[in-house]
Order: sequence, then C-alpha cells, then structure tokens
Amino acid sequence: MSTLVFLEQHEGELQKGALGVLARAVSLGDDEVAGAILGAGASALAAEAGRHGATRVWVAEGEALEAPLPQPRVDVLAKIVEARSYDTVLFGGSVLAADVAAGLAARLDAGVNWDLVDLAREDGRLVGKRPALGDSVLVDVGWKGTPAIGIVRAGTFEPAGTVGEAEVVEAPAGLEDFSTVATMLEQAHEEQAGPSIEEADVIVAGGRGLGGPENFALVEELAKALGGAVAATRAVVDAGWYPYSAQVGQTGKSVSPRLYVACGISGAIQHKVGMQGSNVIVAINKDANAPIFEYSDLGVVGDLHQVVPKLTELVRAKRGAA
Amino acid sequence: MKIAVCVKEVPEGGSGRRIDPGTLRLDRSGEAALNAFDVNAVEEALRVKEASPESEVVVVSLGPARAADSLRKALAMGADRAVLVSDEAAAGSDLVATSRILATALEREGPDLVLFGQQSSDSDGAVLWAAVADRLRLPMISQAAELTVADGKATVKRQTEFGYDRIEAPLPAVVAVSDAINEPRYPSLKGIMGAKSKPQETLTVADLGLSAEDVGEGGSRTEVLALNEPPARAEGRKIEDDGTGAQQILDFLVTEKLV
Repeated sequence: MSTLVFLEQHEGELQKGALGVLARAVSLGDDEVAGAILGAGASALAAEAGRHGATRVWVAEGEALEAPLPQPRVDVLAKIVEARSYDTVLFGGSVLAADVAAGLAARLDAGVNWDLVDLAREDGRLVGKRPALGDSVLVDVGWKGTPAIGIVRAGTFEPAGTVGEAEVVEAPAGLEDFSTVATMLEQAHEEQAGPSIEEADVIVAGGRGLGGPENFALVEELAKALGGAVAATRAVVDAGWYPYSAQVGQTGKSVSPRLYVACGISGAIQHKVGMQGSNVIVAINKDANAPIFEYSDLGVVGDLHQVVPKLTELVRAKRGAA
Repeated sequence: MKIAVCVKEVPEGGSGRRIDPGTLRLDRSGEAALNAFDVNAVEEALRVKEASPESEVVVVSLGPARAADSLRKALAMGADRAVLVSDEAAAGSDLVATSRILATALEREGPDLVLFGQQSSDSDGAVLWAAVADRLRLPMISQAAELTVADGKATVKRQTEFGYDRIEAPLPAVVAVSDAINEPRYPSLKGIMGAKSKPQETLTVADLGLSAEDVGEGGSRTEVLALNEPPARAEGRKIEDDGTGAQQILDFLVTEKLV
C-alpha cells in the first residue's frame, strides 16, 4: 500500500496540520508514504518533510503554483497519483486543501471523505472516522476503489519527527487550460502578530458575554500572559468586534489546543464543533446553565470582568516567578 | 447573464436529525427546508442580477421530489426558475456522484456564473463546488466574503486562515460564497404568491443522459460502514466564583502543567 500526503506550505512554511497527517499516515505502516510540496521554495522544504517521515517527496515549482490557488494543484497531484498509483491521498483540512481534494476526486473519479478525526487499516482496507450531525454520532466511512481521498479535520494529529531522509522527485508537468485563468490580485499575509489559532497550544476565546469589543483587551491580555492566541465566536465576529480569521466554530476554524479558555461563551453546538478537540477546556461564564459547562474540565460561574483580569495577574506572577 | 445557484434541501436542524441504521443514510422523512447557507448564495445571485438587468437566476438542485417545496423559497426570494433532478436511482449519491449529476444539469443550462453556499448543514460538506468546477472545466473561487461581477469577470475577496485574498476569474466561473457575504432578504408576500407560477422543472437521471450506474450508490466511491457513539468526555468540575475563582483556575492549570 502507498499513501501520498499533500504537504501544504504557506510562504515557505510547511503547515503543522499537514505534517500531523503525514505522521498518522506513517503510523499506518504503508510501504511508501510520500509527500507533495508545491509552490515557490518547494525543493527547499523537502528535507524537512523527510525528517517528518516522508520517504519520497514530490516537488513542483513554477509561476502557476506561486499563489495558493487550488486548481493548478489538482493538475499536479493528479499526475503524481497516476505516475505511482497511490492507494491513498490525504489532506490536512484547510480552505486550500479542501478545494484541492474535491477537485482531485472529480478528476480521478475517486471517493473523498472529509472531516476525519482518525484513520485506521481494518482487514487491509482504509477506514476513516467522521463525527456527524453536530458530533452526536461517529461514522465509520470507507472508500470504493482507489485512490481513497481523505480530508482530516484541522488540528487532529500532531507532527512527529524521525531521522529519515526523503528521496526528492520532480513532479510530472502539465497544467489544464482552465486551471490557470483564476489569478491572485492580492494575497493575504498573516494578520496577527501572535500565532495562528490553528497552530496555537493555548487559546483564549471571547464571546458575547464580554459585553463589547473594547473588552477583548481582557482576552488579549490573558492570552499574552499564557503565551497563547486569541479566538472569537461567530456572534462577536458577525457583530464586528473581532476579525473572522480568529473565528472558531462550524463556520470558522476547528482548533485543538492543549488549553482552551472560553470567556463569556455560551457554547452552542456551532461553537462546540470547532473546539471540543481541545485537550483541556476552562470556561468562565455568568450563566450557570450555559451549555459550555457540560463539556468544560473546569467551569467558573462568575463575572468574567472580575475573574479574567485577576487570572491574568496570577499567571503573570506565576510565570515571572518560575 | 445567466446565473445558476446550486442549492439543497436539508432536514430541519436540531436533535431530530438521525442516520437511519438500516440504510446508513440520513433520514430525510421529517421536516425539511432550504439549506440556510444556500440562501446566502441565492441572495448574492439576486444582487448580481439587480446590478446587470436582463439576467436570469436559476436554482439547480438534486433531491427527493418534495424538495420542490424548498426550492420555492428561492423563487419567492426572486429567482426566476428552478431545476430539480429527482430520481430514486440517484438516492445515496456521494460527493463524486453528486458532482457528476449537478455538472451535467449545469452544462444543460450553460450559465455564466455558478454559485454555491458555504456548506450543507446536514453533511457538513464544504467542497462540492471544487468537484463540480473540475467537471465543468471552469475556474473556481471559494470562501467568497465579497463578490463583484463586471466586465466579464468575477472578483472575489476570499476568506482563508491567513486573512483575505483578492482573486479574479473570467466568466464563466464557479464561486462559493460564505455566509458572511450578505444578509438574505425575506420573501415578500408578493414574491411568495408569484413563486407558485414560476417554472419548476423536474428531471430524471435519464433526462440528463446519465445511466443508473453513474449515480446513487453505483456511481459513488465512498460508503458508510458503521455508526458508533462518540467518545464521552470525562466529567468536569463547576464552581461558583466566591472571589477565589481566578486562583482556582490557576491552581488547576498548574496541576495540569499548563502554566
């Protein structure tokens, strides 16, 4: 069996989610686990992919792959899959990766399952685990025919280091005419100075209970003290209190940090699906009946305007003393 | 200009939704409605139409016969026509089979712009547009927070994990819009009354020139194998803040080695 992992890079940095998927793919015990790195600087990243478990790394650079647009990436991946008849093609969930995966599925007439939280080989066949209907049921999903294409829920697997070295191979060329007509006029660069929330070990999130946009400062101060990133709920993003890039939930990002501190968040299902993978959840909310308390490890019923600044001070004192 | 909007009927949200343990398919027998995310796509199509008169908005869907009722909401909002592909043979179609059906139905229409909503609320799917665009061999832009259509081009402000991109594509093109792109209008009473007389076409798989093996479970490349209970979370602790709440959180974080 052989697996190809799409190793998404953004401005010369391999994305943690993709490296986590690579680590999981290696653990499945296939004969070959390869990576594909596309875009400017791909070759320079191949060695790093090798140290994360890829035994072969396909690279492709060139003008069409410069901007993070999906369609030329479908062309290249389709050629790679055909060249080596990979049984499985895996993606770490992201805006770009989802579009590439689905385009590839149509191109190769292959099955695609998304939102996977685990992968296993059962009697030789690949089985994916996918939470459905607001995570109220866990579905075992399979594939008919090859390649089996899977999109793993963001933040599911941690990268693993090895001492391996990858064989670097130039990907076969050939772009479709329609794949290169969409053009990037202006590319986004990281907006926040802090870590992106999907990569963050610690997240402090604010919701409507903050009372107003000015109170996000409380959340930011605590995040800074804990060395973490700031996240927000759909309600406050829609209200214009905080940017969309920080939104966690069904229509935002899915995160799974070691610690998630929810400040003034009721914890409706739309929010829950984006953060319940967090290792430890602490919630502060004045409503004792808020759903967030049902899945928090520690819940404090109280006024966040009192509790959060005090906690920030205590954390600072503790870290300063350590 | 012709604008096609791909929409879907979904079961009403909440705890009533279930997967039938026999068929391993979503139970679609209960209350249903137009997928809320698709309403943003319909709204955006209407805005594009208003900006370029002489345009036509047609909604295209795959679903059971009764989905015609849900499509009427789009007509009440102002869409001109609805095309529903409804066929017992197409039941159980996965993404790859669904994309084949929709792409074939869209080819028949030959639209200048194809719009999708951000996701389906029943399957949480958020990728269908990419498969449809690949089959149609058209440029595609997803996660549109803003859309401008002018001079034969679609210009999109795309939301990603890194911020906002601006991307342009010549028409015809496929664009998937986010639910932040607009605030959908409510159908007016006049719109609701008028919707009843707007053309609603129902097509079979054979009408599209597809065979039964191309669609449904035969045309699908994925399958549901089993249903399981999700893992339960360990019971948490809830305390009232008596002035020591912050200290108790800190102590907990220290115990968990998080500070």
